[in-house]
Amino acid sequence: MRDWQKQRSERSARLNAGSHYASGKMVPPDKAKAFLEAVIRPGDRVCLEGDNQKQADFLAEVLADVDRSRIHDLHIVQSGIVLQAHLDLFERGIARKLDFSYSGPQGAALARALAAGKIELGAIHTYIELFARYFMDLTPHVALIAAVQADRDGNLYTGPNTEDTPTIVEATAFKSGIVVAQVNKVVDKLPRVDIPADQVDFIVEADKPFYVEPLFTRDPASVTESQILMAMMAIKGIYAEYDVKRLNHGIGFPTAAIELLLPTYGEQLGLRGKIATHWALNPHPTLIPAIESGWVEQIHSFGSEVGMDDYMSARSDVYFTGHDGSLRSNRLLCQTAGLYACDMFIGSTLQIDIAGNSSTVTPGRIAGFGGAPNMGSDPRGRRHPSAPWLKAGREASDGQGTLTRGRKLVVQMLETFGEKMKPNFVERLDSIELAEKLNFDLAPVMIYGDDVSHIVTEEGIANLLLCRSPAEREQAVRGVAGFTDVGRARNRNAVEALRQRGIIRRPEDLGINLLAASRQLLAAHSIKDLVTWSGGLYQAPSKFRNW
Amino acid sequence: MEQFQVHGAAKRRASGHRRQVITGANASGNLEVLVERVLPDLECQVEVATAVTGFRPIWEAVIKEFFERTSPGGLRFSINDGGARPDTVTLRLMQSVQLMEDKA
Repeated sequence: MRDWQKQRSERSARLNAGSHYASGKMVPPDKAKAFLEAVIRPGDRVCLEGDNQKQADFLAEVLADVDRSRIHDLHIVQSGIVLQAHLDLFERGIARKLDFSYSGPQGAALARALAAGKIELGAIHTYIELFARYFMDLTPHVALIAAVQADRDGNLYTGPNTEDTPTIVEATAFKSGIVVAQVNKVVDKLPRVDIPADQVDFIVEADKPFYVEPLFTRDPASVTESQILMAMMAIKGIYAEYDVKRLNHGIGFPTAAIELLLPTYGEQLGLRGKIATHWALNPHPTLIPAIESGWVEQIHSFGSEVGMDDYMSARSDVYFTGHDGSLRSNRLLCQTAGLYACDMFIGSTLQIDIAGNSSTVTPGRIAGFGGAPNMGSDPRGRRHPSAPWLKAGREASDGQGTLTRGRKLVVQMLETFGEKMKPNFVERLDSIELAEKLNFDLAPVMIYGDDVSHIVTEEGIANLLLCRSPAEREQAVRGVAGFTDVGRARNRNAVEALRQRGIIRRPEDLGINLLAASRQLLAAHSIKDLVTWSGGLYQAPSKFRNW
Repeated sequence: MEQFQVHGAAKRRASGHRRQVITGANASGNLEVLVERVLPDLECQVEVATAVTGFRPIWEAVIKEFFERTSPGGLRFSINDGGARPDTVTLRLMQSVQLMEDKA
């Protein structure tokens, strides 16, 4: 007779083992280590909530400190490898295998650990790709999550940084896994319930609030005039030409420049209400002037941003908020919105090759992908029409055929040279060499060239939708690659021919006056200006305060 | 500190009557350009003083392209560079010619 209830029996055994260190659901912080040693088993798949922003840092440090004779060979399945403790798990042999999405601040340490054979890498995913696998072949046995508050029944309030939590809990709790939450405080009554108590098994009140990384704050004072020029070209040559209303912005300075130009340059062009009204976007402080100037209808967010809470509460017509007034974010749903309901993704990258493939892997650094490959890809399952989608589709198909499908606009913005005069355009991506060195089956590519519709540099815009052959595409890329070796190897006649066909457009072709590309054009010149625009509601993190 | 000059031939005299303009700032990642109308009508020249050595071929390519695009006859450009990248150099040079040719 087959036992069909093994997972439930296993769960009961773990709950029972954990309950020795808990009073009801409450685990005292000083017993957290013994508790984790009781509920986690060797070889478990564990999601130690490390999101793009919030970190279950208390539980991470406790897990990195467990007795490795009791807990070892864990398979870590979480979106962000952000904390030192995340890498300590592998250094100490507590964890062995890793499936993740993003590793921004630990990108260099992660590359070193991979090269040293400390980590067996499953794959680098996009966010929703990893979340999808939580329900298929990477379901966590144990989820260690972070919330702001719990009540005595175990209901959780996540605050504005809900992020990945509902998705992690859904996969774990409904497949007989164990859900443990660290909270900043246990209270009698929650402002709102983000995760219901019957999906939460144990609560630990941490000694300090969980860590949140301010990732999306760009100081207007650091925006350069080249970035302003690129932003002007993007607004006039792409947003206005395709009537892009629904979009996502990446986190780089070029798109921050666009946000700061909407109320000035965009207004001069008469575009308010015609472009950039609906957003899948983290709460970028640099969008405050556009919001205050009436540009933005609504924003759904993947996560929150440090300092933006009061502003967002006060602008609930724009942001998604709970009945308590605070932001509700959700990474899975916002990424889905970015995939299916946005007509454009526009973001920065670190490297582009002559086929338009784009990567953020640089020698010795594996930053992961986050959401860019998902939002920066043409969703082949999309079926609803919109003006920009249809126009892009017509351009890509050359008007051939009666069943022309639409195309998403996927725009990569980058200056031709990066830090220390490193060329951002290359014949071959660094990622290929890294994949060979580390024996990856697949070289990490953030956005494949056949998904990229436009490249914007200070030299101009290349429209790859209009290219009709790989050779044309290569010259279109070289034609905006400036004075890099890739750019200087262009065929000047071919590039001039592409310009005649509107495939390459220079600032002068777009009627942009270079003298206007000035910092005077930014709606805010400093973080302090953003605070002023917000009426004092935006509370800039201290590291951005210089007044 | 590296100093060098790039000479060019221009197809025409730069329009306008301004004798001199100065634009930009000699700050990190930026540069300052002084433009003077002091050369014969069909000549142009850029003098570069840069804190960052080793990029002379790129400077020369940037300046040669700039001469072709704008034909700034009669103008001498003096650059004080604080480590600007080519995109900033091009933008500043183009802006400085536009200022010289401005009717005001």
